Amino acid sequence: MSFPLLTVTAAVPAVGAILTAAVPAARRTAAKWLALLVSLATLVLAAVVFVRFEPGGERYQLTESHSWIKDFGVRYELGVDGIGVALIALTALLIPFIILAGWHDADPLETSSKRWRPTQGFFALILMVEAMVILSFEATDVFLFYILFEAMLIPMYFLIGGFGDRAHTGSDENAAAQRSYAAVKFLLYNLVGGLIMLAAVIGLYVVAGNFSLTEIAEARANGSLEMATSTERWLFLGFFFAFAVKAPLWPLHTWLPNAMGEATAPVAVLITAVVDKVGTFAMLRFCLGLFPEASKWATPAIIVLALISIVYGALLAVGQRDIKRLVAYASISHFGFIILGIFAMTTQGQSGATLYMVNHGISTAALMLVAGFLISRRGSRLIADYGGVQKVAPVLAGTFLIGGLATLSLPGLAPFVSEFLVLVGTYARYPVAGVIATTGIVLAALYTLVLYQRTMTGPVKEEVRELPDLRVRELAVVVPLIAVLIFLGVFPKPLTDVVNPAVQHTMSDVQQKDPSPEVEAAK
Amino acid sequence: MENLIALLVGAPLLGAAVLLLGGRRLDRVGHWIGTLFAAASFAIGLALFADMLGKSADDRALYQRLYTWIPVEGFQADMAFQLDQLSMTFVLLISGVGTLIHVYSIGYMEHDERRRRFFGYLNLFVAAMLLLVLADNYLLLYFGWEGVGLASYLLIGFWQHKPAAATAAKKAFLVNRVGDMGLSIAIMIMFTTFGTFTFGPVLGATGETSEGTLTAISLMLLLAACGKSAQVPLQSWLGDAMEGPTPVSALIHAATMVTAGVYLIVRSADIFNAAPDAQLVVTVVGAVTLLFGAIVGCAKDDIKKALAGSTMSQIGYMILAAGLGPIGYVFAIMHLVTHGFFKAGLFLGAGSVMHGMNDEVDMRKYGGLRKYMPVTFVTFGLGYLAIIGFPGLSGFFSKDKIIEAAFAKGGTEGWILGAVTLLGAAITAYYMTRVMLMTFFGEKRWQPDADGNPPHPHESPKSMVVPMVLLAVGSVAAGAFFEFAGFVEWLEPVTGFAHGHSPLSAATVTTATVAVMVIGVGLAYVQYGRKPVPVVAPRGSLLTRAARRDLLQDDFNHAVFVRGGTHLTRSLVYVDHTLVDGVVNGTAASVGGLSGRLRKLQNGYARSYAVSMFGGTAVLIAATLLMRAV
Amino acid sequence: MNPVNYLYLAALLFTIGAVGVLIRRNAIVVFMCVELMLNACNLAFVTFSRMHGNLDGQVIAFFTMVVAAAEVVVGLAIIVSVFRARHSASVDDASLMKL
Repeated sequence: MSFPLLTVTAAVPAVGAILTAAVPAARRTAAKWLALLVSLATLVLAAVVFVRFEPGGERYQLTESHSWIKDFGVRYELGVDGIGVALIALTALLIPFIILAGWHDADPLETSSKRWRPTQGFFALILMVEAMVILSFEATDVFLFYILFEAMLIPMYFLIGGFGDRAHTGSDENAAAQRSYAAVKFLLYNLVGGLIMLAAVIGLYVVAGNFSLTEIAEARANGSLEMATSTERWLFLGFFFAFAVKAPLWPLHTWLPNAMGEATAPVAVLITAVVDKVGTFAMLRFCLGLFPEASKWATPAIIVLALISIVYGALLAVGQRDIKRLVAYASISHFGFIILGIFAMTTQGQSGATLYMVNHGISTAALMLVAGFLISRRGSRLIADYGGVQKVAPVLAGTFLIGGLATLSLPGLAPFVSEFLVLVGTYARYPVAGVIATTGIVLAALYTLVLYQRTMTGPVKEEVRELPDLRVRELAVVVPLIAVLIFLGVFPKPLTDVVNPAVQHTMSDVQQKDPSPEVEAAK
Repeated sequence: MENLIALLVGAPLLGAAVLLLGGRRLDRVGHWIGTLFAAASFAIGLALFADMLGKSADDRALYQRLYTWIPVEGFQADMAFQLDQLSMTFVLLISGVGTLIHVYSIGYMEHDERRRRFFGYLNLFVAAMLLLVLADNYLLLYFGWEGVGLASYLLIGFWQHKPAAATAAKKAFLVNRVGDMGLSIAIMIMFTTFGTFTFGPVLGATGETSEGTLTAISLMLLLAACGKSAQVPLQSWLGDAMEGPTPVSALIHAATMVTAGVYLIVRSADIFNAAPDAQLVVTVVGAVTLLFGAIVGCAKDDIKKALAGSTMSQIGYMILAAGLGPIGYVFAIMHLVTHGFFKAGLFLGAGSVMHGMNDEVDMRKYGGLRKYMPVTFVTFGLGYLAIIGFPGLSGFFSKDKIIEAAFAKGGTEGWILGAVTLLGAAITAYYMTRVMLMTFFGEKRWQPDADGNPPHPHESPKSMVVPMVLLAVGSVAAGAFFEFAGFVEWLEPVTGFAHGHSPLSAATVTTATVAVMVIGVGLAYVQYGRKPVPVVAPRGSLLTRAARRDLLQDDFNHAVFVRGGTHLTRSLVYVDHTLVDGVVNGTAASVGGLSGRLRKLQNGYARSYAVSMFGGTAVLIAATLLMRAV
Repeated sequence: MNPVNYLYLAALLFTIGAVGVLIRRNAIVVFMCVELMLNACNLAFVTFSRMHGNLDGQVIAFFTMVVAAAEVVVGLAIIVSVFRARHSASVDDASLMKL
């Protein structure tokens, strides 16, 4: 039997989480270091997965398969394709920075008791989320995926509800109420989505007789598994609804600004850059893989919703007064692009959407974490409380600007590559949608530059006069992220090499071919 | 030789990286590093130019392919360069004028504590601009296109502590983004039509697709050009961009970046040639902007904004010429280069004046400066003569050719365009004479600055004067040099060239051009040379007042886009909160209400539970029996 | 005699027991009514055993009697301890489970 690399990659952070939680109350710092080391070890493992994966080989590689619940045909089945590999790499890359950025976010307050334990809990929960997310990118068994999809809500709920942003306006009780409102809203939205998905999962079992993604897809492809059109559509909708809540797609998005606004900046990054990616990833793998016909049937409606998300999210970002909520709405706009790329059903669109997931994760992490550093200095999330920061903290302002420029997809930074691919891929099949989505690039420039102008430029405000510039720990978070953004912006080949074959498989799943260029068609 | 092309871009890029990442320890030498890297680029450019001259005309283009930038099935974007005669012209202009302006900035920015960063941004700009003109495909061009936008944003907003500068920078970037939208849509159409966006295959295959597609591509490219080159209706950012340091205005907003739109159109000549409708739109945009900029230039009292109006107007000439097709492309580029010299010189002169006048920009508070700043006066004066088209100087040659070509367009269009360009020439002479008279002639109208210090005008330091002198030499000689050294033959292999059939003889056009210039100068002299200039601007006619406000176009933008947009976002925030979120919260509330009512059933009495058990059992049994019976 | 009559009797006893459980408040009486219902079931089982001519029904009747005996022991113990604690054997007083 070969070495179960995928299981180990997910198990290391899971075991690390338990160990971190068990560190005694007084040894808080040790817990932080342990968590950081575990996340780095996971990063190394993810790198091994990335290297071991052969882009030209089998569709699913490094597979593992064990029987789990025999009576229902549930199996513990793992395997990665290029899309999964890319997203595992993203997750493993971001978690160390999230931990490092949140180094002091769960420190005891002056008023808290000596037996304060939440510090350990905070880092243990982050590792737990990492383990579940990685495993969900690996699962090729629908039931296993479903369990992970739901289970990751639990640690996320505690991270949002238990560890709020200490920079809040108003009283402590009010902030606590806001926070628990956000956490409950997050939980309820995702539970409703999960419930509907459960129904669809059971429905799928009734129709197909097992939960294996590969077997069902194969049976569907060779015609041994017939599915009535209406059945397929209902099952598709059940899955899609859950993923659209998670992604989130307009009009199911309202939990995200609350959750990202109330959570600490690192947790907000965890939500939007890591956990939400499970939703878009699952659209590619499960919606298109299991229900190709229904996917094509639903495409027009989904494209309209994605376009609304793009424009609506961007417009709302312009109108926000809270820095973190602004980033949240910007993310909604970006998720619109990802979903648009997936359902454009062209090679460029889907490659772009996959790259977009990775690039959006890194760029949002850069922007949001710097915003978090800024907020923790001044103790306010309101844009109006800042001004002229550039003068007192030039490095902070500079990195914030680069994060912003990545968000608005400036060429030379990674998000441009993916955004342009999505736009080109969409235009090739749906020209009008392509043009409408292009307005997103103007709106993105608007909300980013307005944010930068209001916080960083102009006369220095009295309250920010003493603001210190970025510290070494904070630089260690931001600089590598920016380096990755620039590297992938000018040389995305390592990523595209892995993603391209997977996209080809997905395209053949849905039996779609790229529209050929007009001139070549004429020849 | 072709391996040097990447170094053209690489040298200033390396300079930018060193300067921006180097930190405080480079503060004392930063400006020298920046200048050195820009000069290195210029030197490489000259070497390549020399090499190019040694080859036959059809064999001059060089290609260098570094690697595949975005490799996706069916979509190949290369990091690859193309250096042909057109690119070469731009390379020399950008790196040459760029180096001069680096030198100038050493003196101009001497007292700024962030000088190192300024040079970093300048280097970044030079690198991005060179990338723009050296790219061998539209996507890489787009990379450079946005790169110069970023550099322009950083440099306009260099004095970020001034809210006006920060706002102007943001505005410039946003308006440019609207144009960029055009460029990205154009690339999308190209990709779906040709399956590629590399210059060679796209421009070579224009015959194989419909005119409608080509018109769409052309119009989108024109939109992009309008944004970058400040053409109507996307011109509003250029005036505000004058908030940036003056060397920036000279390099980016006069000599190089704003001409990128002209480059784009000339580069895409084959597409435009096959889309006559789009060409007509290009000429109309050029003609409208030409007059628009000139009228605005007449009314501004801020010396830099007057020059900005002039820049807009001159680029209008170039765009108009580019819209004329093969009869105009070469002259558009020729005017672009001569304009690069004299307008950069004029801006540097304006900067020199401001340097001596406590950063005062209002020309009404200048006057009589020719005695105090003799070198500035002479170089500015030569630039002035060049721009109004004084016979023998560079502007004369290039502008005259455009006017001739406009008439040669033929038909009613030709007459209208010709008349517009002539009218533009008259207005140019008028507003430039106005600037000249108000600044250097008449009596002193100097005012103490905000701190109460009266100005002590003096000649600027050597580092500033030398670039001005060199640019003045260019302003004088470039036109004649191009005319007699064969600029047309140099560019013809790339852009194509055709002689137009003008209804008027060349001599007639030249005479008319000189005549309208004299009229313009005379009119300005009557108004501003014979009478003293009031320090406080008179109220002026309706047109003057409108022109001072950029012909109300800005007010329109503000009312429609800024205010309308604000209302839209505010109402959307409200809708999101009450409606979208409200539906969910409403669902939650009704579920809560329902469960509250259901709770009353649980009264805790064992007997009532027993009743429901019995009832339930009874119903079950009845149902079973009923099913059996059926 | 027709065995069906025994079934009618069993149904009657069961109904009396059920009504008693539902309407009486005294826990002891409710308890006795439960016993009545159990015994009604026993009667029915035995009758069926006779009607079908096999012993299954009688086996189950014995089984029920054993369970009922155990139930009496536990149930009475609970009632007695509730009575000790609250000085009442009324089932309505024990309604602490409601919200």
